[in-house]
Amino acid sequence: MNRYPLWKYILIAIVIVIGLVYSLPNIYGSDPALQISSSRGAEISELTELQVQIAFDEAGIKPESYEINQNSLLIRFRDEETQLRAQDIAKSALGRDYVVALNLAPSTPGWLRNLGAEPMFLGLDLRGGVHFLMEVDMNTAINKAEERYVSDFRSLLRENKIRYRTIGRADQGGVLVRFQNSAEQENGVKLIFKNYPEVQMESSVSEAGEYQAIVTLSEQSIIETRKNALQQNITTLRKRVNELGVAEPVIQQQGDRRVVVELPGVQDTARAKDILGATATLEFRMVDEVHSVQDALDGRVPAGSLLYYDRDGMPILLSRQVLLTGDHIIDAASGIDQTSGGPNVSITLDGKGARIFSAGTRDEVGKRMAVVFIETKTETVMEDGVAVKKKEIVEEVINAATIREQLGKRFQITGLDSTQEARNLALLLRAGALAAPIEIIEERTVGPSLGQDNIKQGYESVIIGFALVLIFMAVYYKIFGMIANVALTLTVILLVALMSMLQATLTMPGIAGIVLTVGMSVDANVLIFERIREELRNKNTPHASIHAGFEKAFSSIADANITTLIAALVLFSFGTGPIKGFAVTLSLGIICSMFTAIIVTRAIINLLYGGRKLQKLLI
Amino acid sequence: MEFLSKTNIDFMGKRKLAFTFSAVLVLLSIIFFFARGLNYGIDFTGGTIVEIGYTQAADLSRVRSVLIQSEFNDAIVQYYGSSTDVLVRIPPHEGLNSADISNKLIELLSTTGDSIEIRRVEFVGPQVGDELKEDGGLAMIYALLGILIYVALRFQTKFSVGAIAALAHDVIITVGFFALTQMNFDLTVLAAILAVIGYSLNDTIVVFDRIRENFHNLRKAAPVEVMNVSLNQTLSRTIMTGVTTLLVLLALFFLGGEALHGFSLALILGILIGTYSSIYVASPVALALGVSKLDLMPVVKEGAEVDNRP
Repeated sequence: MNRYPLWKYILIAIVIVIGLVYSLPNIYGSDPALQISSSRGAEISELTELQVQIAFDEAGIKPESYEINQNSLLIRFRDEETQLRAQDIAKSALGRDYVVALNLAPSTPGWLRNLGAEPMFLGLDLRGGVHFLMEVDMNTAINKAEERYVSDFRSLLRENKIRYRTIGRADQGGVLVRFQNSAEQENGVKLIFKNYPEVQMESSVSEAGEYQAIVTLSEQSIIETRKNALQQNITTLRKRVNELGVAEPVIQQQGDRRVVVELPGVQDTARAKDILGATATLEFRMVDEVHSVQDALDGRVPAGSLLYYDRDGMPILLSRQVLLTGDHIIDAASGIDQTSGGPNVSITLDGKGARIFSAGTRDEVGKRMAVVFIETKTETVMEDGVAVKKKEIVEEVINAATIREQLGKRFQITGLDSTQEARNLALLLRAGALAAPIEIIEERTVGPSLGQDNIKQGYESVIIGFALVLIFMAVYYKIFGMIANVALTLTVILLVALMSMLQATLTMPGIAGIVLTVGMSVDANVLIFERIREELRNKNTPHASIHAGFEKAFSSIADANITTLIAALVLFSFGTGPIKGFAVTLSLGIICSMFTAIIVTRAIINLLYGGRKLQKLLI
Repeated sequence: MEFLSKTNIDFMGKRKLAFTFSAVLVLLSIIFFFARGLNYGIDFTGGTIVEIGYTQAADLSRVRSVLIQSEFNDAIVQYYGSSTDVLVRIPPHEGLNSADISNKLIELLSTTGDSIEIRRVEFVGPQVGDELKEDGGLAMIYALLGILIYVALRFQTKFSVGAIAALAHDVIITVGFFALTQMNFDLTVLAAILAVIGYSLNDTIVVFDRIRENFHNLRKAAPVEVMNVSLNQTLSRTIMTGVTTLLVLLALFFLGGEALHGFSLALILGILIGTYSSIYVASPVALALGVSKLDLMPVVKEGAEVDNRP
């Protein structure tokens, strides 16, 4: 009686071995390291390693090891001080084509890594870093799409010599095209429809007797536009994060308009926020030197011009027509201007941009061109208890200089306030503009010291809680209590192994979930043992009692755990960040404890008592 | 070792007294909830909190005086866990609701000349807070609904109502406690309450399981008697599991740091109440609904079951 077939023991042994192997990486700590990757297609090779090695030798820095894997070079150091010093040296040795990021590399031994065993992924609240939730301003994305149609239609109609009065965005949304007469209207509508089959059009005669057509985006193309805006923003954010130099960043879509950005180890959140959220771009326009600025200030802005202000607040008239936008910039680097000594940004244009620019400036030598800096800031404020989006657009002329010669592929702009600004602008121009402005709607930053404290406190509460339960069970149930303790230990090991295998993120609430699992997972054993005691009290033999105890307790254990699992799953599906971590460990903990409490405890009991004659049970 | 080897306590006999006790607690909780409301954390209200570490004990009045002269004059400043840790809470308000707040605050506090370190910044926009409040409420309802269905399928509707009554009882009193003490009610507390639902139900189910078994075994006993016997038989287990869970939670409360205080306290409280309710609320409610042997006989088809669901 009370014996398990051999295969069950083997199965348990396999599970234990797997659990041990995959939970093992977590006991090794991690080394401060540098992660070097290329920012634009440059190869990471032995050559890169050699380059860095030489620079380190010169500076007297001795790294622990070098590893090249999957297009990145990982260099480990003994301490953080060396790591920080090495970052500066590596940066200057490699130049801008490489990203040199600080990282904490797990020091898992090679044989474990070969088995694919990795430690749990620590959440930001444990390792320090910053978490942003960003919302893409979709209205602006749609507006931009409509603006594109406005200019497309304009050139389409012009090329085909169809005369129109005006083309512009309609107040109620969509694009309004006003024609000269009904014949032009008919031809124009046909033409637009032929070239842009995706839009919806409605032609009519307005109350004032004008022939017009209202073009609206179809449901499908609105969805498409939104999707593209989100995707494009994610791409841009990824580039910007790369420029910031962060190891293991997370950039993820959440829902249909939000993006999560997690930057482990980043402390300078001010800069991170500035860079990620910035919508800064440049526009180049000719200065209108013909008309009077004073007239414009008095409200009579000439039809072909717009009134701008420069950084000192001085008004300036610029041509309505944009010579070039920031989209054509492929590279930008900040530096110091040779002549003025002020900060500058050297810009390189793509082929199309260079052509437009040289054609546009050919006849303008001797005239002034202005560089306009445009930034959109969106924020949500509460007004009368309702969240309202407010948008603020900053448009400043950062300089207006005389064109000395026809401009081409490369040129530089000056007039920036500081080298920091020049650096940020260069970075933003390199990484490209956002398709639509984004707003940070949630930020969670954890400093490194708090992360350390959290790990320590979390670890302590798990250990102490665990020890208390072990002692209590051993005292209360004697031998059986010890068996339950083995099962409990195994539960924790399996839980850690499972978390590591799934590469689930361990957070502080996740640790709370582990602690709670430790307390609750003995419940199954308590149920069984209480049942065995009852059976013994009813004068059943020890063996029959053990058998009946497990048998009868099973339905209670199953029911109880399934209901807890329902609550945990609801938590998970509802889960934002912190709650999800708790739900994950709690659910996995329940599953592990079911296995150990029912099968492993039984196996140990069978191994100890099975087949023997028993007079008495120590329970 | 055994605390309770063979008890014979007349739990059901005291159900009127228990009912009065529970009713008073629930009523008080509801009053507190509506009269004082919950002190929602920024997860729900939106706003910014900044935790600042000082190298020496921080002077709160100085921090306050700096902030009062700034645009953050409605900031709440308090110690967080120790005197070298300061928590600044800035409610959301018009024109000042941007992720830049933390930067400005840091600049401002550095002017006092103390060497400070940012330990944590949390900013939640108003739209996120509203969503979380809604989602949190929904999560609670979904959890209860899921459990209601499971118990109804596994046992019987009358038991299901008893279980839900016990759960609602636990949730209301725990929330009432947070309304009374005005302790910070944040996402982790909500998670704790959902975990309490899981735990309390766990307890209730074990009792119900025994009741069902005993309805089969003690064919001649009246329902009250069956329940009393079942409660006594499971009492030892109920207390044991409660004790081990409380042990770890106490460890978490004292060692887990300030951030988990609300969480562990909600759980400790919830488990005490949950243990009580699985004895004094769940079964008496099922009894009051007239649960009988016939309800649990497997051969009898439960035709009316579906209609009884609320």
